[in-house]
Amino acid sequence: MHTKTLAELAAGLKARDFSSRELVQHFLDRIDRHNGTLNAFVTVCRDRALAAAEKADARLAKGEGGALTGLPVAQKDIFCTRDIKTSCGSRMLDNFPAPYDATVVAKLDAAGTALLGKLNMDEFAMGSSNETSYYGPVKNPWNTGCVPGGSSGGSAAAVAAGLTPAATGTDTGGSIRQPAAFCGITGLKPTYGRVSRWGMIAFASSLDQGGPMARSAEDCALLLGAMAGFDRRDSTSVDEPVPDYRAALENSLEGVKIGLPVEFFADLDSRMAAVLDAAMAEYRRLGAVFEEISLPNIGLSVPAYYVIAPSECSSNLARYDGVRYGYRCENPKDLEDLYMRTRGEGFGAEVKRRILIGTYALSAGYYDAYYLKAQKIRRLIAEDFKRAFRQVDVILGPTTPTPAFGIGEKTGDPLSMYLSDIYTIAVNLAGLPGISIPAGFIDGKPVGLQLIGGYFAEARLLNVAHRFQQVTEWHRKIPEEFA
Amino acid sequence: MSLTIDEVLKIATLARIKIDQTEAERYARDLSGILDFVAQMDAVDTSEVEPMAHPLDLPQRLRPDEVTEGNQRERFQAIAPAVEAGLYLVPQVIE
Repeated sequence: MHTKTLAELAAGLKARDFSSRELVQHFLDRIDRHNGTLNAFVTVCRDRALAAAEKADARLAKGEGGALTGLPVAQKDIFCTRDIKTSCGSRMLDNFPAPYDATVVAKLDAAGTALLGKLNMDEFAMGSSNETSYYGPVKNPWNTGCVPGGSSGGSAAAVAAGLTPAATGTDTGGSIRQPAAFCGITGLKPTYGRVSRWGMIAFASSLDQGGPMARSAEDCALLLGAMAGFDRRDSTSVDEPVPDYRAALENSLEGVKIGLPVEFFADLDSRMAAVLDAAMAEYRRLGAVFEEISLPNIGLSVPAYYVIAPSECSSNLARYDGVRYGYRCENPKDLEDLYMRTRGEGFGAEVKRRILIGTYALSAGYYDAYYLKAQKIRRLIAEDFKRAFRQVDVILGPTTPTPAFGIGEKTGDPLSMYLSDIYTIAVNLAGLPGISIPAGFIDGKPVGLQLIGGYFAEARLLNVAHRFQQVTEWHRKIPEEFA
Repeated sequence: MSLTIDEVLKIATLARIKIDQTEAERYARDLSGILDFVAQMDAVDTSEVEPMAHPLDLPQRLRPDEVTEGNQRERFQAIAPAVEAGLYLVPQVIE
């Protein structure tokens, strides 16, 4: 059951090949058996999952229920779950049972899914390797000496190893797409404002966006349909109707124009380029046509991001003060000491580094030189994409510069870690949707292909991804140890 | 751009994060590296560019000024580090 897609499992439930209870129990058993190796789950919600499964079985028996009823899912531990620990990968929230459910959690519950548990992640989603988690690194199921990517590393590893058929993730600079690429799964970062951020713990509010991670584009279409939609509780949620993402999956790619940004291919590693070349050949056979395009300012996306994201993070994380919830230091001698030690002890090194950078960039006299400058660069990058989408339907490129790197390989050098998101960050700055799909292997490690679409073009992206998956088997590969 | 250890300690105080001397030395090095890296932005003339705060350039939504959420003080205070009589407790501020 754990090698099947959500769509296949849904068909199995409808045909009564197995019950939701059996399905959920199967995945709970898988978690028991493999989580010790992978460290993908922080919390397992056994009773809640089984209760949801029984409810789903009752509905399915009456011929009721929707596309997701009875299917197990897992949530990145950044989404608030009522009365269940919501740690965000941090010591600061190690004792935080959220008092309410995030909109995404409530929507997936309402769709009849069973929550298996909460997934490990980089602390406050700040990282590209899952090594900044308070709960320790997650292992990549394809090579346990390698990172699964981050920050949604627990989500990617759990799906790849068959500990859950689907998971949620969040993507501020590549945190869904990069781990999806490193673990050989499909991950979609929707348009900014498409999925509610309410109850999704904030990192950089003008960039954060939640999305689905699963084995196939079809599964992501199923999940996004349930996750997306306007939410009055999120002030940046966009009131735009949610289309039936599955309806467009089979559309022909005949004549679809795919843009290749010269900047994405100029310095690309030759083995990565070979994987992309093979994928492009598949697309040509499907009728798509390629056109070279240019995104001249894209080289400035990582610098602009490392001003904007830390600035917004320093402001968002000011709320962790040891007063209302979360960690509090022992025996504070006065209020100042309470704040200083709570935050000094509760946050890990990377989170502190980003708060400090952001505090500096926003401090008196520096605002124009850093934050305002970065916001102007951001517009230039967004304009580059707008121009490109007047010329092509989607953009294709690598998701990452290399396959998964080794655990510990980049922890000593923050900048080298930041540069592992060089192909994903611009998409967040522009607020566009992007998807990573498996496209091949290098040295037994998966390689991701990234597709970028115009605003609210998720259906088109899923269509272009799905057609590729109909003629390739990369998304079907399972790491041997977890088969 | 190079930050001194004293500057880093000052930024940490502004951010209300206690760091020790060893950490300050490491952050001075890291932060200086990051600031050098982001200085690449200066090569581009942006004097005529409007800053972009929101990817979709949407205005802030307004709603009627009505109470929409009930009071859940007890639920929220149940997870607080220290409360008494419905109040959050912190170390004494005024003598």
